[in-house]
Order: sequence, then C-alpha cells, then structure tokens
Amino acid sequence: MEITDIRNYVPTTFGDWVPKFGELWKAQISTLRHRFGDDILEARMPPEYPTDVPIIYVKKESILNVLSFMKTDSAFEYNFLSDLTATDESVEPRFELVYNLFSTTKLVRIRLKVRLRDDEEAATAMAVWPGANWAEREIFDMFGIKFAGHPDLRRILMDIRYVGHPLRKDFPLKAYQIFTEPELADPALLDG
Amino acid sequence: MSDTKYKSVLNRDPDDLWEDSRAIVNIGPIHPAMHGAFRLVAKLNGETIENSYGEFGYTHRAKEKMGENRTYHQYIVYTDRMNYVSAMINNTVYAMAVERLMGIEVPERTIWIRMVCSEMARVIDHLVCVGINAVDIGAFSYFLYGFHEREEAYTLIERLCGSRLTTSFTRIGGLMADAPEGWEKDVKAWVKRTRKTIDEMDRLLTMNRIWQKRTIGVGVITKEQCIEYGFSGPNARGSGLDVDLRRDQPCMFYKDVEFDVPYAKEGDIFSRYLVRIEEIRQSLNIITQCADRIKPGPIWCEDKRVRIPDKDVVYNTMEGMIHHFKFFMTGFEVPAGETYTQFEAANGEFGFYIVSKGSSKAHRMRVRGPSFWHFQALPLMVRGLKVADMVATFGSINVIAGEIDR
Repeated sequence: MEITDIRNYVPTTFGDWVPKFGELWKAQISTLRHRFGDDILEARMPPEYPTDVPIIYVKKESILNVLSFMKTDSAFEYNFLSDLTATDESVEPRFELVYNLFSTTKLVRIRLKVRLRDDEEAATAMAVWPGANWAEREIFDMFGIKFAGHPDLRRILMDIRYVGHPLRKDFPLKAYQIFTEPELADPALLDG
Repeated sequence: MSDTKYKSVLNRDPDDLWEDSRAIVNIGPIHPAMHGAFRLVAKLNGETIENSYGEFGYTHRAKEKMGENRTYHQYIVYTDRMNYVSAMINNTVYAMAVERLMGIEVPERTIWIRMVCSEMARVIDHLVCVGINAVDIGAFSYFLYGFHEREEAYTLIERLCGSRLTTSFTRIGGLMADAPEGWEKDVKAWVKRTRKTIDEMDRLLTMNRIWQKRTIGVGVITKEQCIEYGFSGPNARGSGLDVDLRRDQPCMFYKDVEFDVPYAKEGDIFSRYLVRIEEIRQSLNIITQCADRIKPGPIWCEDKRVRIPDKDVVYNTMEGMIHHFKFFMTGFEVPAGETYTQFEAANGEFGFYIVSKGSSKAHRMRVRGPSFWHFQALPLMVRGLKVADMVATFGSINVIAGEIDR
C-alpha cells in the first residue's frame, strides 16, 4: 500500500495566469532591470516561488521612479493601484510595503515590495496616485510606518489619542484603551 | 470705524453671504443619511459645501488582526461582516483565496452554486443601493418595490444556509450544505418576478423629472479621477472606466456565461444609477444560465486536508473523532505562499491579500474593500454642492461601513 502524507506540499495552481502572462512578466522584469539596474533587488517569479503574480523587490529610494515608470510606460501601463499595504516580518528589515498593481488596459497584475527597517521612513506614493493617501494613513495607523512628504499623516481607523500600532506582531492581542470624550472636529483640516 | 473694515464691506462678493462666518457642520456618525457610522465634517458657505473631510472607524473590529489569530476555517464568519449587504460574495472570495493558496479544485456543482449566490448578493446590494439612494432624495415607495424582492432573495438564501444576512455559506473546498431539491427552480421563478419588478422600478423612477433634476450632473467624478483614486465596480463604470473583473479576469465559470458590461460616460449620480439598474438585469441573466447548469454531484473536494469529516464517521470511529477535533481546534496547515485574490464584488474590486508562512493561521490577512477608496474621493465629488446633494452623492457611491472599517 502506498502511504501518502496529506501535509505534503501541493504545488499551487494559481489559475491560468502563468501560461497567459508569463512571457509578458519576464519581458517587463528584464526591461525594469535594464532601466533601473541595481535598484531592482530581486524578482520572484511564479511558479518557482509560491505566488500568484511576480513579486519585485525595489530599493526604497527608487520606488517612486519605478511606480511612475510602470504607470505611464506603454509596455507596462499598470495604472491602477489595487491595494497598498504592509506586512510585519518581525526580523530586520522589519516591514515590507506591498503595492498590488493592476493594468486596466492589459488586464494583468503585478506586485512590488519595498523592505523597510524599523526606524526608516517610506516615500509617499501620492504624487503618482492621489488615492494612496488613505492607504498610507492606514499603514501609519496600523504599523507605525511614516511616509515622508505625506500632507496629512493622521490615524484613520483608531482614535487619534490611541497609543501603539495594532497590526505590529508584538502588539498585545487583548488590550483596551477606552476614550469617553468624543473626538472633536478639526477646523484646520477644512482650510483651502 | 476703521477704513479697512469699510473697504472689506465694499469688496464683498454679493453671493458670499457668510463672509468670515462660515458654519462648520458635523454630519454623522449617527445620522440616518450617513448609512452606517460615518462622519462628514463640512465647512458651509450658506448651504454650499466649500470643503469637507470624512472620518470613519466607528465600527472597526480588528478583522485583519483577527485573521492573524484565527485559523483559516474560523475566519469564514468574519468575512460575512465585511460587506454585510452582500455577504455571499465575501464568503466566496475568501474561499477562493485560500483554495488558491492550497491548490484545491472544487467540484463543478459547488462553483455553479457559488456563482448563483454571488449574483443574488449583487442583485440585493444594487437594489439596496438604488432604493436607499431614492429614499434619501424623497422617493420612498420605489425603495419598497426593491425591498420586496430583496426579502424573497434572502428567503432563498435562508433555505441554503439557515440565515439571511450573515451567511457563512462557503467552506474552504466546498459548501456548508448542499442546495435543497428544487432550489434552482425557485431561483428561476424569483428571477422572473424580479425582472418584472426591475422593469416596473425603471418605469417608475428613471424618467421622473424630479429624480433627473436631482441626479443629472450632480456628484461628478471623471474617468481620470476614477483611476487616480482607485475607483472600481459600478462607480467606475458610471464614469466610463470599462473594467469588470468578471469579464476581464474571469474566475469560477464566468467565461462560460454570457453577459454584457454596462457603462456610462457622465460620471454623475444618474449614470451610476443607470449602470446599477442594468447590472441587476445582467446578473439575473447570469443567474438563469447558472441555475440551468447546476447538475447533481458532490459539493466537497476530495482533498482530506480541508474536508470536514462526515458526522457518521465522527460519531462512530475513534479516528474520525480525532480528525474532527484536530480540524476545528488546530485547523489545517496552508503551504507557504501569497496571493491577492480579487473578485468583482457588488461595489467593486474586493480582494484578499493573504500571506501564509505554512502554519494554520495566516501571517497577514489584508482585506481590500472598494468602499475605502470610494469614500476617500467624496470630498472631491461634493465640493461646491449643497448639503442635500451631498446626501444623494453619498448614497450613490454605496459606501458600506462594515467593509471600510473592517
């Protein structure tokens, strides 16, 4: 009788994206490497790495150049910022910013990542997508990552008086901070 | 009297009634027009909104943190409470995301049932959106037409899973229960009735002069702004951004069904309304096609990692009992990897970004709710409008508190 371990790794089948877009992704990554050189740190391609779309690690300093290039260049056209979030890896470099991009013309997705140390500031993507405003505020709220050049970096989900950043891995799961006084409207935010 | 003050009176803009005395009005968080717990602080010049900013987070329930501290099976119930108007879609997207990470193929019957449920949820969501939007503007009876069909749809969903609003119907690799016999027929009968109701609603409101005056040219967002601000779904299609993930990045069996993707170009409340009404019709078409193809068969995949053991095995064998407890207490392990799984939910692109490190709990569970991005652009859309138009605009982008606060 053949014994099979049900926990054995099953290769993930991420739909039909790899046969469909694999060549396009490879061409795009080689273009990026050619243009940005050492600023592209690493590219993880499916299916060698278990991910649904390629992950491109970019140097922190050049992420804005890469994003605006990928948004406008005719070979890329990743004009839609699907999602902007972060992960806490618990070891240095501690944080990873994750940009999930989508092309509304080529209908293909890709993922960019930036590694950040605990004390490092990231650059705001608001110059490329104004809509990144609230996503970056949420990252600041949840992870405590600061964005240099962000015009309005306040907490967004938690109360403005809240202490700590809840989605950090070292944040206690059961802790309470109760505010009895309401948060007042801020007239300074209504100028301009 | 000083000269400068006298001058300032002379130079006064005749339309500017409230110079130096702008009113700051706090709309919400507990206000019937804000559809949930939202707050909009507006600076008014007379009744015109000069500037505003939105706030939310009053129903924040730490769902992303929960995703890192609950097993994949336990997290299913949390997905209901995201967009609570169309909970079936959230369940389906979550199940798809985890199945993708594990490389699981679910049986055909399950996929067809999931598609019927998703489209029913979409119809419910759009009926609520256009209905409540009309109530905000003053057309109350219109809302009741839609709500009747909505209740009927909830009754059909109740027959599947026993609850109406928070369904928790999908499981990783299958469904909570099989559809009862004859359910497809009842769904098709409901589709027939709803088609008639939609035509009736269309006749009642679309050409109404008051409705048109309140909605045409109000709350405009352009196609370029839609891309800049991450708009998706019917709100983006109302501005001419012709993207529908069901057609453009098909998952499940959306390749095999025929439907049109409506879009309008003006980007005002009226075009968003028209897009939603037409989408209800297209969803009803999809439901009929799917209901025809539901064939008898298994609803669970064969993968033993995720399959919940059958009750007679659990009660009658020791191994089954152990398997049952292991499944529900420690959960199953998901191989390391990451996915951003997206689906065209009723409001737009709804996605789960899951990072797994090989344990039974996710390393990162990120939820991309479309309303988060839509609400962000509201101050842009209402600048220069009256307060009453703000209420109409807010209703037309259908911001759902559960999905934005998470």
